[in-house]
Amino acid sequence: MYSEGFPILSLITYLPLLGVLLILLIDKENIGTIRMVALLIAVLNFIISLPLFFLHDVSTHHFQFVEMLNWIPALGVSYYFGIDGISMLMVILTTFLTPLAIWSSFSAITERVKGYMISFLLLETGMLGVFVSLDLVLFFIFWEAMLFPMYFIIGIWGGPRRIYATVKFVLFTMAGSALMLVAILFLYFLNYYYTGVYTFNLQELGNFPIAPNIQLWLFAAFALAFAIKVPMFPFHTWLPDAHVEAPTAGSVILAAVLLKMGTYGFLRFCLPLFPHAVYEFMPAISILAIIGIIYGAMVAMVQKDVKSLVAYSSVSHLGFVMLGIFALNVQGLEGGILQMINHGISTGALFLLVGMLYERRHTRLIADFGGLSKVVPVFAVAFMIITLSSIGLPGTNGFVGEFLILLGTFKTNATYAVLAATGVILAAIYMLWMFQRVMFGEVTKEENKKLTDLNLREKLILLPLILLVFYIGFYPKPLLVRMEASVEHLLDTVNKKYRVESIEQNNQDKKITIAEIVNPEKNEGTHDE
Amino acid sequence: MYGPLWIVPFFPLVGFLLNGLFGKWFDRVTVSVIACTSVGLSFLWSVVLFFRLSALPPESRFYVEKVFDWFVSGNFSAPMEFYLDPLSAVMILTVSGVGFLIHVYSHGYMSHDESYARYFSFLNLFTFAMLVLVLGSNLLVLFIGWEGVGLCSYLLIGFWFTKKSASDAGKKAFIVNRVGDFGFLLGTFLIFVTFGTLNIQEISTAAPNVLMYGGAIVTTITLLLFVGATGKSAQIPLYIWLPDAMEGPTPVSALIHAATMVTAGVYMVARMSALYVLAPVSMTVVAVIGAATAIFAATIAITQFDIKRVLAYSTISQLGYMFLACGVGAFSAGIFHLMTHAFFKALLFMCAGSVMHAMSNEQDMRYMGDLRKRTPKTFYTMLIGTLAIAGIPGLSGFFSKDEILWESFASPAGGVGFWVVGAVAAGITAFYMFRLIFMTFFGQPRYKHGVEKHIHESPNVMTYPLIALAILAIIGGYVGIPHVLGGHNNFGEFLKPSIAHLASHGEAHHSTTEELLLMGASVAIALLGIVAAFRMYIANPKLPVVIADNFKKVYNLLYNKYYVDEIYYFIIVKPFVRFSQLLYDVADRIFIDGSINLLAYFTGWTGEVIKWFQTGYVRNYIVTFVFGLVIIVGYMLLK
Repeated sequence: MYSEGFPILSLITYLPLLGVLLILLIDKENIGTIRMVALLIAVLNFIISLPLFFLHDVSTHHFQFVEMLNWIPALGVSYYFGIDGISMLMVILTTFLTPLAIWSSFSAITERVKGYMISFLLLETGMLGVFVSLDLVLFFIFWEAMLFPMYFIIGIWGGPRRIYATVKFVLFTMAGSALMLVAILFLYFLNYYYTGVYTFNLQELGNFPIAPNIQLWLFAAFALAFAIKVPMFPFHTWLPDAHVEAPTAGSVILAAVLLKMGTYGFLRFCLPLFPHAVYEFMPAISILAIIGIIYGAMVAMVQKDVKSLVAYSSVSHLGFVMLGIFALNVQGLEGGILQMINHGISTGALFLLVGMLYERRHTRLIADFGGLSKVVPVFAVAFMIITLSSIGLPGTNGFVGEFLILLGTFKTNATYAVLAATGVILAAIYMLWMFQRVMFGEVTKEENKKLTDLNLREKLILLPLILLVFYIGFYPKPLLVRMEASVEHLLDTVNKKYRVESIEQNNQDKKITIAEIVNPEKNEGTHDE
Repeated sequence: MYGPLWIVPFFPLVGFLLNGLFGKWFDRVTVSVIACTSVGLSFLWSVVLFFRLSALPPESRFYVEKVFDWFVSGNFSAPMEFYLDPLSAVMILTVSGVGFLIHVYSHGYMSHDESYARYFSFLNLFTFAMLVLVLGSNLLVLFIGWEGVGLCSYLLIGFWFTKKSASDAGKKAFIVNRVGDFGFLLGTFLIFVTFGTLNIQEISTAAPNVLMYGGAIVTTITLLLFVGATGKSAQIPLYIWLPDAMEGPTPVSALIHAATMVTAGVYMVARMSALYVLAPVSMTVVAVIGAATAIFAATIAITQFDIKRVLAYSTISQLGYMFLACGVGAFSAGIFHLMTHAFFKALLFMCAGSVMHAMSNEQDMRYMGDLRKRTPKTFYTMLIGTLAIAGIPGLSGFFSKDEILWESFASPAGGVGFWVVGAVAAGITAFYMFRLIFMTFFGQPRYKHGVEKHIHESPNVMTYPLIALAILAIIGGYVGIPHVLGGHNNFGEFLKPSIAHLASHGEAHHSTTEELLLMGASVAIALLGIVAAFRMYIANPKLPVVIADNFKKVYNLLYNKYYVDEIYYFIIVKPFVRFSQLLYDVADRIFIDGSINLLAYFTGWTGEVIKWFQTGYVRNYIVTFVFGLVIIVGYMLLK
C-alpha cells in the first residue's frame, strides 16, 4: 500500500465504524452511554480531521494525504483516497457538522437510540468516503452506501409521512445513480479502447480526449445523478418531503452535506472529464440554476411550514452554487465552493433552530407561532443572525459566497447575473416575512407564552455555527486560499482539454459510435456488467 | 501624520458589542455611558483627523489605510481599507457629531423602555455602519456599511416589534432597500468588469481614460448605482419605506433622516462624481428624479396631520434637492445641504419627539396646539429648525438651499425648469413647516382628554442636544457663504479635491445681479409660504377645511399620498404573492411532483396488471396455454 505518511483519510473515514462497533456492544437500554460514545467518536473525528485543514499545502493542486492500494487489479479497481483543496473543505464540513447534529438529537431522539446513533455514524463514513474517494468504483460504493443510513433515519425516526418521503428520496437518488453507473462503466471501457488499460482511477481516466458526441451522453448521465442530489429544478420535489419528514439532525446533514455531494460531483467528475460537454450544457444548466434560484425563492415564500420553507430556500441557494460553478471562472467557482460551505452552516443552523422550536411546540407551522422574540430572546438573536446569514448580508458568510458567484457569473454572462441577482431581493422577502410571522408581533397562542429559552446544550451547539458565520463573513481568506490552487487547476484542465478537443474535432471529423467501443468488449466477454 | 482611521468606526463597534452582549447585566446609566462615550470618542477623533487633514495643502489631503485583506479571489480583491479625504472627513464629522447628540437625547427619550440595552446597541451599530460606509475606500467596504445601515434601520424601525405596523415597516425598509442594493450590486459588477478594480480612487482616476464621455457603459454604471441611491436615499420610486420608518422610536427617525442612512445615497453619488460627470444622461436622470421627488413629497407633506409624517415627507423632499444639486453637477452643494439638513432635520425630529414626550405620545397635530408656552425650549429650538429648513436668510438652510437653487439655474447642466420646481418646492416647504409650527405651538389647545395635565417640558438631557443642534442649524451655513454675498464658499473649496467637475462647454456667464435677483425671489417665495400658513392656520383656522372641501379630489389624492402604496400593493405585491402561490400549487405540486407520483403510480399499476400473468394457479396457466394454443393452431390452419 502506498500512502504519504500516516493514512489519516482512512482513519477519519472508518473511525465512525469503530464507534458503531462500540455501540453494538452497549445494551440498548443504556441510552446515555450510547449517546456519549456516538458524540465522542464524532468529536474525536473532527479533531483528527483538523490537521487536514491546517497542514493543507496551499501551493499545489495535487491530491494530498494520498492512499493508494491495488484493490482488484484484474478489474483495475483501486483503493485510492486523496483530497485537494475542494474535497478537504467538504471533509471538514462533514466532520464539523456531524457531532453537532448528533448532539442536537440527544433530546429529540428518545426511541431506538441505539439504531439511530449507529445509522448516524454509518452515514458519516459514507459521506466522508464520497469526498475522499478518487476511484470511481470506490466512489460509487460510498455514494450508494450513504443512502441506506439516511433511508432509515428518515424512515424510522421521521414524521408522519416518513415512509413516503424516504422511499421517494431513495428512489430519486437511485434513478440518478443507476444512470451514473452505466456511464462509469462506459467510461471504463472507453478508456480501455483508447489506452488499453482497465482502470477506474479518476486521474488516469481523464487522460484521453473523449469524442464530443460521447461526452454529451456521459455528461448527461453523470449530471442527472448529481442534479437530483443538488437538487436542481425540476428534480427537487423529493427535497421538501425528505426535509419535512426527517428528524432535525437528519435534515441538518441532508442539507449541509448530502446536497453538496451533487455539486461536488459536478466539480470532481463532470468538469474535468467532459469539458466539451460542460461548455455545451453550460447555458442549459445556468438557466436551470437561475430558474431554481427564482422559483425556489418564490415557492419558499408561500410555504406554511418553516421546514419546507427552508427546504425550498435550499433549492434557491444551491441554484446559486450551480450558477457559480458553471460560470467557469475563478470567482464563480470559488464563490460556489464557498457557498457550499456557507449553505451547510446557515441552513444547517436553520434546521437546528427549527428543530429546537419543534421540540418545544411540536409544530412547525408558521401560523402557530408569533411574537416569540419576547418569550425566547436568546433564541431570537441566534435565529436573526442565521437569517441574516442566509439572506447574505455583508459581514456574514453568505455575502462573500453570493458576491463572488454573481461577480463570476457577470463576467461570463451579464444577463444571467442580472436574473440571478433578483434572488438576493427574494431571499430577503421570504426570510424576513417568515421571521416576522414567527418572531414578531404579540404572542397570540397560549402555548407559546411558556416556551423556555435555549438551554446550555443548545447554545453550545449553535455557538460554533454563529462564530463561523462571522468568521467567514469577515475573513474568508483561509478558506479561499486553500481552494485556490485546486480551482485554478480545475479551470486549466477544463479549458486545456476543451481546446485540444476542439482542434482534434476539426482535424478528424470522425465520429466514434457507441458500438465501436462496446463491441471489442463483447467479443472478449471477460467483463460482466 | 494622520493616526489610525479605523478607530473612528471601531469605538461604536465596541459599544455595540458591549451593550449587545452584556447589556442585560448593565444598569441603564452604564448602557448610556458606553453608547454615548463610544460615539463621542469617534467624534473627537474625527475632529482631530479633520484638523490634521486641513493642515495639509489641498492636493495632498487624502490618506489610505489598509486594515486587513477581506477577501481575494483570482484577480479580484477586496481589502478592508479606509480612505480619508475632505468628503469623508465632512461625513464622519456630521455622522458622529449629530449621532452623538442623538445618543445623548435618547438617554432621556428612551428612559422608560424595557429594551434599553438593545436600543443603544443597535444605535451604536447604526453609527458604526454609517462610518464604515463613508470611510470605505472601495465599493465593497462601502457596501458593508450600505447594507449595514439597511439592517440597522430594519432593526430599529421594527424596534417595538410587538406592533405589527412596526415590524411591517422595518421589513418594508429592508426589502425596498434591497431592491436598490440589487442595482448597486450590478453597478459594482459592471465597474469591476470595466476597471478591474473596485477601489474608488483608482476608478475615479482611470474613468476619463477608460470610459467614453456619454458612452453606454458609464451611463449604465451610473444609472445602476443611482438605483441603489434611490433606495437608500428615498427617492422616487423607492421612497415608500421612509414615511413608514417613523414607526421606530423618534430618535431613530432623527438618526435615519439626518445623520445616517438616507444621506448614504447622496454621499455615494458625490463619491462617484468622476463617473457621473462622464454620463450626461445619468446626470439628467438624477436631476429630474431629484427635482420631481422634491416637489412630489412636498405636496404630500401639506396635508398630513401626523407630526412625524410631515417631517418624513420633508426629508424626502430635501433629499430631492440634494440629488438635484448632484444632477446639475453641483456635488459640493449637495453635500453642503446634506450637512445643514443633518443639523436642522435631526433638530426637528428630536423636537417632534420632545413634543410627543410632552403630549403622552400624541402624534396627531389636530390634537395639539398652544404648546408655545408650555414647552418653550422645544418651541424655540423647533422654530429655529423650521426657519432653517424654510431657507430664511441667516440660517444654515438658506445658504445650502440657495446654492442648490442657483446652481440648478446657472450650471451648464441646469435650467430654468429646475429652478422653478426647486423654488416652488421651497415655498411649499415653508408653508407646511409653518403649518406644523402653527398647529403644534399656536392656536387653541385641542388636547385629548387627560393629556393636558401631563404636559411638561422635556428634561435637560433631551433639551441640551436640541439647543446644540439649534446652534448648528443657525451657524452651520456660514462655512459656505457664497461669493455673491462676499464669502468664499470655504466649504465648496474644501471639498474640491474629492469631487469631479463637470466638463463645461463654453461656460455660460451669469451676472451677480442675476444671482441676487434669484436669491431674492426664492426668499420671497419662502416668505409667501409662511404668510399663507399664517393666514390659514392662525388668522383664519376655518380656511383649511373650506379649501379641503372645495378641492376634495386633490385633497384626498394628497392626503392619501397619491395612493402610491396602494398602487404598489395591487400592481406588485399582491400579484407576486398570488403568482408564487400558483407556482407552488400548480407547477410544483401538480406538474412536477404530480408527474413523479404519476410515474410511480404507473409503475405500480403496471405491476398490478402484469401480476395477473403470474398468479401461481395452475388452472390460470392452463387457460392461457389453451388459448394460446388455439390461436396458434388456428393461425396455422387458416394460413
